[in-house]
Amino acid sequence: MGEHILSWMTFFPVIGAAVIAFIPSQRKEVIKTVAAAAAAVPLILAVQLFINFDRGSSAFQFVEHYTWIKAFNIEYFMGIDGLSVPMVLLTAFLSFLCIIASWNIDRAPKGYFALFLILEAGMMGVFCALDFFLFYVFWEVMLLPMYFLIGIWGGPRREYAAIKFFLYTLAGSVLMLLAMIAFYLNVSDPVTGGHTFNMLHMFDQANHSDWLHLTNIRHIIWIALFIGFAIKVPIFPFHTWLPDAHVEAPTAVSVILAGVLLKMGTYGILRISYPMLPDQAAWFSYALAVLGCINILYGAYCAMAQSDMKKLVAYSSVSHMGYVLLGMSAMTSAGMNGAVLQMFNHGTITAMMFLSVGVVYDRAHTREINGFGGLGTQMPLYFSVFSFSLFAALGLPGLSGFVSEAMIFMGVFPVYRTVTIISALGIIIGAAYVLWMLQRVFLGPKNEKWDNLPDINVREMFTLVPIGLIVLLLGVYPMPVLDLMKVTLNNLIKVVAG
Amino acid sequence: MELLNVNIPSWSDMGNWLPEAVLCAGFLVALLGDMLVKGRKPAVPFVISVFALVASGSYAVASLTDPGLGAGFSIMGDLVVVDGLAAFFRILFIFAGLATVLFAWTSEEIMGAKRENKGEFYALTLLLTAAMMVMAEARDILMLFLSMEAVGLVSYVMAGYMRTSLRSTEASLKYVIFGAVSSAIMLYGLSLLYGMTGAMDFAGIRAALVAGPVNPFGLLVVTVLVIAGMSYKIAAVPFHFWCPDIYEGAPTPVSAIFSVGPKAAGFALMIRFFYTTLAAGPDAAASVGIIEVINWPLLIAVISAVTMTYGNLVALRQNNVKRMLAFSSIAHVGYLLMGFVLLTPAGLQAILFYLLVYTLMNLGAFFYVVAINNHLKSEELEDYVGLGFRAPWAGAMMVVFLASLTGIPPFAGFIGKFYLFTAVLDKEWFWLAIVAALNSVVGLYYYFKVVKALFLTSPAADADTSPLKLHWLQYAVLAVLAIPTLVFGLYWGPLKDMADIAIATMTVGF
Repeated sequence: MGEHILSWMTFFPVIGAAVIAFIPSQRKEVIKTVAAAAAAVPLILAVQLFINFDRGSSAFQFVEHYTWIKAFNIEYFMGIDGLSVPMVLLTAFLSFLCIIASWNIDRAPKGYFALFLILEAGMMGVFCALDFFLFYVFWEVMLLPMYFLIGIWGGPRREYAAIKFFLYTLAGSVLMLLAMIAFYLNVSDPVTGGHTFNMLHMFDQANHSDWLHLTNIRHIIWIALFIGFAIKVPIFPFHTWLPDAHVEAPTAVSVILAGVLLKMGTYGILRISYPMLPDQAAWFSYALAVLGCINILYGAYCAMAQSDMKKLVAYSSVSHMGYVLLGMSAMTSAGMNGAVLQMFNHGTITAMMFLSVGVVYDRAHTREINGFGGLGTQMPLYFSVFSFSLFAALGLPGLSGFVSEAMIFMGVFPVYRTVTIISALGIIIGAAYVLWMLQRVFLGPKNEKWDNLPDINVREMFTLVPIGLIVLLLGVYPMPVLDLMKVTLNNLIKVVAG
Repeated sequence: MELLNVNIPSWSDMGNWLPEAVLCAGFLVALLGDMLVKGRKPAVPFVISVFALVASGSYAVASLTDPGLGAGFSIMGDLVVVDGLAAFFRILFIFAGLATVLFAWTSEEIMGAKRENKGEFYALTLLLTAAMMVMAEARDILMLFLSMEAVGLVSYVMAGYMRTSLRSTEASLKYVIFGAVSSAIMLYGLSLLYGMTGAMDFAGIRAALVAGPVNPFGLLVVTVLVIAGMSYKIAAVPFHFWCPDIYEGAPTPVSAIFSVGPKAAGFALMIRFFYTTLAAGPDAAASVGIIEVINWPLLIAVISAVTMTYGNLVALRQNNVKRMLAFSSIAHVGYLLMGFVLLTPAGLQAILFYLLVYTLMNLGAFFYVVAINNHLKSEELEDYVGLGFRAPWAGAMMVVFLASLTGIPPFAGFIGKFYLFTAVLDKEWFWLAIVAALNSVVGLYYYFKVVKALFLTSPAADADTSPLKLHWLQYAVLAVLAIPTLVFGLYWGPLKDMADIAIATMTVGF
């Protein structure tokens, strides 16, 4: 596996899905075990990746490069650098935990776990692909499993949520497709002179045709790509699919959606838009900062207004992704590193929050915040775990969210002072909605309806504790993740700002 | 004869027409067999038609390796040519014909107990296949018209196959009337063209046009009239009105082959006619005159954009799956026409590639409707609720077809769209590419309405949720269509080569 570690990480889940398809549907335990095994392999490989990754190099590592479709110079080109490594680790980690968290899925488990594994393959592929066409295929491969996971195993309004997610994302993707073809037709391979999908060639401005150097054209392509990615993030005003999808999706799918899928939007901007169109990145940076600020405040205010716990967490994601955008816009070392660290941290923290909401929903079958009260005495262990994740979300020093948000503010403040000051309000509103929810659910007089709720069980703790440990560790000592990405990101800053 | 530039046919070149000859012989034998052997199921014509299609197909495949194919074999003088393009379409039509025949065998609509003359269906499919093949081979306006009429006549009969059904007979009558009007329009255009150039064969027409002088207005009228006639055949807006009614009224296996075969044949004819008479050939100076007389790329681009938008928007509102697929097939004609806009080899290759993929996925979607109709006797979307769990493998394959029709990776339909988009963007038709891209999103909504019914919507409490068992032949044919739809989405190199070679070895006569 050493040679093709990225391919194994990407395609092992597909093998698992194929195996599951041929297991009789009554053998539910077998199906779940196979799924867990298929997701465990990428996790083990991810650990190996973490150990072997050369932190001092900004070059792509673990590269695999083969011809796929010769006539159109489409290649199977995989490789990772400091930007993709944290995302690959996050994907492998969360996917495995989500399979464990889905153990109580009863309805058609065969389809559920097979689709989940295909989803994992798609996510992994997006973060590893270095050929634009390959990237696009992986990007789209995720849509179909996600549609079914929300649509079949989701809540009451699942049909609406599923197609809305699908339509929004596809609308963004087709714009990206056109931008991709425009690149393909106007970037030449320096060796052969032919058209190419190779991202590394697209990064090099010298390979761009004269047409692609026209400022107006570049602006249009930037915007097409940006809309494609913005829908995924989601950036205001393209965010409306997110609350619907989250509320209806089953717990584990929400975790993946918020933990990994949203990151693909910001990852796409950093991987594709920034290096391919660096001057447009600079041109757009102020707008990006403002959009980030809107996301932070608007998301936070919307979160405060929610009466459904899951919707609250969903809007908190909109808010937290705003910090990522803000950090990216500054193009300073602290801002950029903070942004990518925030991508990782938000993935873990929001996963904890969604899993925690799932715990109470499985027992009470409601997520109505005002319907609870005094749960702290009824479920003390659960109370401590959930509050831990909520404190991480509001940016309590000592937990990982604080580190990345602080880095972002430090990085952006010298560049966009006013925007930073306004955005900082988001921290206060964030604390407000988090603590208010905590108070209404866990404190106050106990609602007698919930006298029989059992506390969190071992399996659920098994999914939550590892994430909690990472959140704590990175809060005290963030270097393990920062070391991974530092060199690559500083190199990227040189490309866009220099 | 000399006036018409037609040579006396010689028998020596007929060897290259073996696939067509086998089909015609099969047609006669199947009819005869049907009359002589009576049974509950018309096994004799069925077996004969399968045998004839397989034999014809193997001849057609064998002809691919013939070294002379690149230059083209003229048959009956210059009326018909068997070249790379024709060989490509022969295989496409035989494949579609064979899939239809096999699937029809399991269809209650065709094989139902009360149906009379069941055997005729198989015989007629053979004849239709042969006629479509000739359409792809015609290179003379006389043959062009005759082959189109041959396809039309067989189609009229097939559409009215259920002669006791009001819908089916109405479909047939509509088809006849629309067909006759469009043929007349096109024939008028062709007669004007003959008057202008004095030639019947495409090469001669081109030579006369290049030699000039050309009356621009006359040529415009001719182009518009001919495009109108061909638009009828491929069901492009505004000549699409017949299409949904006939697809809905005809038995579903017939609609399946209608949605693929005659459309592909129409494209074959369009490609050959316009590419050989009007395209800018290698001798740009000589051909510039023809192109510049009229801005017909814009004309095609507008037809393309309107067709795909209309098809998609109307499909949104359909609740009958068959009718929805009819409008979807109109939308796909719009996509296909994108490749036609500039008459560049890249665009034409994209059309051929898309036609191959479209054949797989569209036949698959229609066949699923056939299979379900056997059990439910309905094509209404509301009756499809919960079917995905009653027949999971068939449902999964239907999802493959629908996702591919939408154009999402990793299915072959996406690759087809990708080539069309690339061809259009390469020549900087940005607005057309954007219209088409947005149309894909619209398509998603109605294709996934079906997916939603199959898998997402919970069936009513009293609904039948027992597992559905389909005929093994149905699973087999669906798999033969679904697996390539997926595989060609992941590795389509060979398919693309086939399309490229077909265009490269088309004999153009300049």
